[in-house]
Amino acid sequence: MTSSADTIVTLRGVYREYPGGVTALRDVDLDIDRGELVAIVGPSGSGKSTMLNVMGTLDRPSAGQVLVDGFSVAELSDRELSALRATRIGFVFQHFHLAPGVSALDNVADGLLYTGVGLRERRQRAEAALRRVGLGHRLSHRPHQLSGGEQQRTAIARAVVRDPALLLADEPTGALDSQSGEDVMRVLLDLHQSGTTIVVITHERVVASYLPRQVAMLDGRVIGDQAEVMTG
Amino acid sequence: MITSPKPGRLSPPDVLRLAAYGLRARPLRVVLSALGIAIGIAAMVAVVGTSTSSRAQLNRLLDSLGTNLLTAGPGLTLSGEQAKLPDQSVAMVGRIGSVESVTAIGQLPKAKVYRTNKIPAPQSGGIGTYAVHTDLLKTVGGTVASGTWLNDGTSRYPAVVLGARTAERLGIDDVNGDLQIWLGERWFTVIGILDPVPLAPELDLGALIGWQAAQRYLGFDGDITKLYVRTDPDAVESVHGLLARTVNPAQPNEVDVSRPSDVLAARAAANTTFTGLLLGLGAVALLVGGIGVANTMVISVLERRYEIGLRRSLGATRGHIRVQFLAESLLLSVLGGGTGILLGSGVTAVYATLQDWPTVVPIWVIAGGITAALIIGAVAGLYPAMRAARLAPTEALAAA
Repeated sequence: MTSSADTIVTLRGVYREYPGGVTALRDVDLDIDRGELVAIVGPSGSGKSTMLNVMGTLDRPSAGQVLVDGFSVAELSDRELSALRATRIGFVFQHFHLAPGVSALDNVADGLLYTGVGLRERRQRAEAALRRVGLGHRLSHRPHQLSGGEQQRTAIARAVVRDPALLLADEPTGALDSQSGEDVMRVLLDLHQSGTTIVVITHERVVASYLPRQVAMLDGRVIGDQAEVMTG
Repeated sequence: MITSPKPGRLSPPDVLRLAAYGLRARPLRVVLSALGIAIGIAAMVAVVGTSTSSRAQLNRLLDSLGTNLLTAGPGLTLSGEQAKLPDQSVAMVGRIGSVESVTAIGQLPKAKVYRTNKIPAPQSGGIGTYAVHTDLLKTVGGTVASGTWLNDGTSRYPAVVLGARTAERLGIDDVNGDLQIWLGERWFTVIGILDPVPLAPELDLGALIGWQAAQRYLGFDGDITKLYVRTDPDAVESVHGLLARTVNPAQPNEVDVSRPSDVLAARAAANTTFTGLLLGLGAVALLVGGIGVANTMVISVLERRYEIGLRRSLGATRGHIRVQFLAESLLLSVLGGGTGILLGSGVTAVYATLQDWPTVVPIWVIAGGITAALIIGAVAGLYPAMRAARLAPTEALAAA
């Protein structure tokens, strides 16, 4: 199997079966290039979350091959996969999951906790990341003092603080009102503009329509993959 | 191929911060489960502390009383009758080179003591009447609480000095010139009350009268019931060996020689069996506390599955997760242990102060308490930490 240097994620013939006969992914082939912004759309149960977990190395496929940032997931140990996530992959979840009672700054700094970077540098980079998502004025606020949109932007800052090669977002606007959702999408678009590769999972067609490439899933298969013709 | 990624190490301050974070989020549960450990450690520290303090008090007491007092009393003859001490024994013991002073007392078993002559005869209260010499007080290291000690003058007249418990039993706590008690069918004037005499506790429940007065008023036959011998502190053992033969050269086997300071020390040693029991109870409390910590940690792992998944997604290895929960358990136990040491030391200090003892909490108890807490924390945290680490990331994240 091959993948070009421009490809950050390659899935080849990927299956993911769960005990009890549930097959979440069936023979999935997918390439995502560096710098892309991709939406994975599909109804619930279509396998898109499993796909995100597999791309994010949180889950290993039952069959098929997964390459992330040049590494073959099957050849790496659990420790090495953890290190790969720590340095190259950022996750954003639907429900933010910030540590309660901990300031936004330290929540974001925890994104670097497992990279071996010292506390001072973690905080400095966390501040920069929070400014990047437009929350420079909320550094010392605790999660309960932030709006839903601000919490999700904090979670995004936590994911991008280590400059990941790949940012994976699972329904990032699913728990937000439309205004906050738009803010969050704008932040993701900004990150995309500055070169971050982003994969967004969503079941909302509207959200997907913001994004230049849409991968449609149903029953564990990729049933559509269309990219808008981008200029420049 | 590119080199495989290496996970970063957590620095000790980071581990401590993670542990503290986990505990801070659930303060009430932390307090309750640390309390179990605290009670166990406090019990053990307090038990050891009070017994050490009481021993320190005993040493202080023995230092001030001296361990160089010996007593010799009549034992049993070969035919099983009560032996007697020869009249000349005082003089003979006095001739041993290292004896500093020697004095005799004689009990008057028929002379009963009553507060007044209106008290029915059977209610004598177990008080013993002793004929004594004036050098008794100095030899046994006694002190007068109130009034005066017998002198050559008062020894000839019906005057009595009461032991501390005798005075208490008769309800006399102060000496004023003309207080009299009914002793041996006649009135004796109370001229003094003694403080407790730790090395001669039999005197505490005694009524002490002059040797001549006993002979003149109560028909005392002059039989010696006990000799008190104060020796050169360096020669106690050798005098101990000589004493029986000197007191009664004909029948040394009929003389009981003992060293009262040894009796005090033996009584203190006997208390350690009780200490052992209490220590055992403390250990049980500690065990229960450890189970409480383990339980708290197991529940914590169950409740925080999503946090574990999130940390795995942030790049935590299984080792990182294990260390975090183990550190949390250790911190929880050490918090409990530290509180327990403070509590136990406090209890010791209060108890010792109330007893007028010096407060002594040995360093090894504090070190032992912290070590015990660490071991409990490690044992209690090991299984939950392993469970947390074994959790697959996707499974953990699905727990939301």
